[in-house]
This record gives sequence, C-alpha cells and structure tokens, in this order.
Amino acid sequence: MKGLNRCWQTIRYAWHEYHTMYLFMLPFTLLFLVFVVAPVLTAAYLSFTYFNVLEPPRWIGLSNYRLLFVEDDIFYQHALKNTFIFAIITGPLGYIISFTLAWFINRLRFRQLYTLAFYTPSITSSIAMSVIWLYLFANDRYGLLNYLLMEIGLITEPVAWLREQSTILPVIMIVSLWMSMGTGFLVFLAGLQDVPLELYEAGMVDGIRNALQEVFYITIPVMRPQLLFGAVMAIVNSFAVFGIAAQIAGLPSPLYAGHTIVAHLYDYGFIRFEMGYAAAIAVVLFLLTFVLGRVAMRIFSER
Amino acid sequence: MRRKYQAGRRRQATTLEYIVLTILALITMLPIVYMVSTAFKPLEEMFLYPPRFFVRHPTLRNFAELLIAMDALSVPFARYLFNSLFVTVVTVVLGVILSSMAAYPLAKYPRMPGNKLFFSLVVSTLMFAPEVTQIPRYLIVDRLGLIDTYAALILPVIAGSYGLFLMKQFMEQIPVELIEAAKIDGAGEWQVFWRVVMPLVRPAWITLVIFSFIGTWNDFFTPLIFTRSEQMKTLPLVMSSIGGGPGQVARWGAVAAASMVITLPTLILFVLLQRYVMETMAHSGIKA
Repeated sequence: MKGLNRCWQTIRYAWHEYHTMYLFMLPFTLLFLVFVVAPVLTAAYLSFTYFNVLEPPRWIGLSNYRLLFVEDDIFYQHALKNTFIFAIITGPLGYIISFTLAWFINRLRFRQLYTLAFYTPSITSSIAMSVIWLYLFANDRYGLLNYLLMEIGLITEPVAWLREQSTILPVIMIVSLWMSMGTGFLVFLAGLQDVPLELYEAGMVDGIRNALQEVFYITIPVMRPQLLFGAVMAIVNSFAVFGIAAQIAGLPSPLYAGHTIVAHLYDYGFIRFEMGYAAAIAVVLFLLTFVLGRVAMRIFSER
Repeated sequence: MRRKYQAGRRRQATTLEYIVLTILALITMLPIVYMVSTAFKPLEEMFLYPPRFFVRHPTLRNFAELLIAMDALSVPFARYLFNSLFVTVVTVVLGVILSSMAAYPLAKYPRMPGNKLFFSLVVSTLMFAPEVTQIPRYLIVDRLGLIDTYAALILPVIAGSYGLFLMKQFMEQIPVELIEAAKIDGAGEWQVFWRVVMPLVRPAWITLVIFSFIGTWNDFFTPLIFTRSEQMKTLPLVMSSIGGGPGQVARWGAVAAASMVITLPTLILFVLLQRYVMETMAHSGIKA
C-alpha cells in the first residue's frame, strides 16, 4: 500500500515537472510500443513455444534452449564460432577504420568527394552488389581475382574462393568491411564538426604537441556520444552478420564455413518453419549483444 | 624537417595523406565502377576470357531490356515510382521529427523519471534480430487492418530505435546554457526545440535523413510482406523480381542496370545533402 502510494506520488511529480516533455515523447512512444516493443516481446515469448507459423504456438518451456545449448552442434561448432571470429575482427576493425578515415578526410580539401567515394558502397543495395562479388571472387579462371593473381603468377590454379572452407569467411569479412563505411563513418564525420575550435587552441596552450595527443585528449572525449553510437552499431551489426554471408556463400554455405548465428536463425525460422527455435536463437543473440552493448556504454559514458 | 604542429588544423593535410587517401578511395570505388561498367556491357562482353573490367563497346541494351521487362508489368512504372517516393518521403519526414522530439527530453532532462529506462529499452530493441520480430509485427499490422495500405509501409518503420539513439547522442552535446537562455527570453519548450535545438543539431538530422531515406528506399522486405496488390508495390521490390534474384547469371546486365536505377536517387540525395553533414555548427562563443 505504501509502495503504491509512493509510486503514485512519483508519477504526479513527474507529470507536474515534465508533462511537456512526456508529450514530446508521446507520438514516438506509441508507435514504438506497438510496432517495435510488442513484436520483440512476442518473439521472446515464442522462444518458449513450439511454433510452426501455421498452427498456434504451443508452450514447451525451456525445451528450445535446452536443444540449443546441449544438442545443436552446428550452432556451436559453426554458427557461434564463425560469428565470433567475424565480429571480433570486423567489428573493431571497421570501427577504427571508420573513425580514422573520417578524421583524415575531415582535414582534406574536396572532402565531399572523398566522403562520397567511401560512403557509396554502403548505399548500394547488397543484392545488386552480390552479383559483382560473385564475379570478382568467382571460383574459376573467369573470376577477376583469380585471373589477376594468375597473371601476376601468385597462383597457378584458380582458387575456389567461395567454395574453399578457409577462404569463405575472409571473403565475407573483406566485403563487409568494404560496405562498413556507412553509419559510423558518417556519424563520426558529423561529430568531428562538433569539436569547438577553441578547445584545440586551449589544448595547445596546455601543452598538446602533436596530432595524436590532440585526438586522444580533445577529439575523442568531445565525441564520446558519437563514438558510443558507433560502437553500439558496430557490435549490433557485426553480430548480426548474415545477408552478405548468405549472398556470397549461399545458405547453407559449403561445410557451414559461412554459417552465422543469424544464418542459423534464418534456417530454422524461414526454411524449417520452427519459429520458436529461431526465437530462442534470437534471444541468445540478444543477450550476447546486450552484455557487450553495456560494456560499450560503460566505457563511453563514464568520466 | 618536422612540420610545425598547428592546433585543430583543417585542410592542411600533407601530400602523402592526399596520395594514400586517394588510392584508398579509388580501391573502394572499384566494385561500383565495375557495376556501372557492367550495366553498359553488351552480352558478348559479359563472359569474355580474360575477364574485362571496363566496358569496351558500351551499349544501352541492358537498360532497354529493363524497360521491356518493366513494360510487361501490369501496373505502369510511374505507379511504383510514386509509391516508393511517397512512402520514403513521408517515412523520413515523420521519422526524423518524431525521433528528434523524443530524443530531446532523453538528452537534456536526465533527471526526468523513466528517462534511463526508456533509453535502455530503445537501445535494447536494436539488438533483437529483426528476422524474428517480423512475424509478430505482421500479425499486429494485420490485426490493425492495415495490410496493403500505405500506413502499413510507413507506420511500423517510423519509430526506429536507431534514429532516436542517433539524435539523442548529438543533442547531448548542446550546451544547457543555450536552452536556459532561450527560456529566460520567454521561449516555451516547443519553440526551444524548433528554434534552438534542431538548428544546432542540423548535421545530425541531415545524417538521419540520409540514413532513413536510403533504408526506406532500398527496403524491399517491408513492402514484400505488407502489400498484396500490384498497385502497392514499390520500386526495389519490382526491380528485385526483374533480376530473378541473386545468382541469375542470364540477366546480369539487366540487374546491373536495375541496381543503377535504384541507387541513383539515393546517391543524388547524398550528394545534395552531405555538405550539411560536414558543416561546423556555431558552438563557438559559448562556454560549453
């Protein structure tokens, strides 16, 4: 009773102090709850059911999770492993490259031209580009990469880039990195404009002597909000890798060499129609990225 | 001899930096150049050995083939174009305004009850694989009776976690003093938002306009599941069916041509808007 009373008081206080702000948030919140939160909660619920899309979901408790953790070898040996390798390499690398490129471009003349060059890949639709990749990395000597390497004399026989277990994941990584100068890159470029010039001048007075010190003591602290955004997006995107992998290596890929968590999820959800199981995979993926996202928030929010 | 370090130097990069970045830019552009080049290749050149990067005898046949394929569709091309433009423009405008409005309290009133919780909720939803939420979302749209309407293509995508997150991050950098000053001058929150906050974060919302436009324009999944009739389909959806999906070698040329046609509007928009992304906001003169 007392708790309820306090709760009510908080609400009354909040409304009294901030009602304009709540009204500002209202339209977004309504749409957000209906079209984003509700589907997410429903999906989380589905992870405890058997759901084949045609019949209504049937509650089976933790069975999906038990299956996923105990019996699903493909998930462990391929999906999880490949996703981690991919995320650990491409996530930080794409992030650092985005920031570095943005920082350099910001100092150049014709920077709009450079921005366009690096940003265009992320604009092009990946379906259209997959045609290009299939040609560049084609398995026979008609592929451009094979042709060039054979001309130079680095290889004598064409490499089956998209069929060889050892080359599939690297190819996926290269293509992903190529397309990754999108969100983070542009946000960093915009964020770099927000660093007040006086800070740089003040920094010089305070004894900053080179550009690297300037980056670490002035640019990065000021850009913390943008860097956090970039970090969270890098984590989310690198763990959700699927589209490029499927278009390049196919689904399922040869010997599961390009199999990822979301590929596994897609396989169960849309090919075998075991939505409940797919939802369980999504929940596990969510928990994984959530923890990492928290770590990123801690790093960028404090101090 | 070491160059003298200059504070916050802009546009004073060394020649080496120009050379390295130009080479990188050219490498990055190669696949795009190849796509454009392929769009103009005649069929004979498509499967030559040794493979050719650039087109030798450019032709417009691929575009003609695209037009023929479009002509065979039951609905005029202009209708798809209109659908795509209408849906994209409405989604972008409403999305940017609503996300910014919701981001403002989150960024500037940290002590507002529910603030932190709401923000964590927003960021968390980014992390849930969209593949799995599509079916529940479909059921909701269906329950609301919106299937095959423009509302089905617009409403579910407006309240994006992504846009709110982006706007909130940029708004955090606005000095509180500016907002306070405007309030002392008698401005209400509504005026503060439109006259002070939004102009200050223009690079941010222009960035969001670009992202949101590209995302909505290229999205063929939403129209794929939320439309039934041919009249409601959008351009990318129709284009993707022309190519016959990825890997359909026979129509490489047409696919390349189609992807050029789809990409062009987003590229033009980006070229027009990008100078606003990189404009220096007048924070100067204010002690942050």
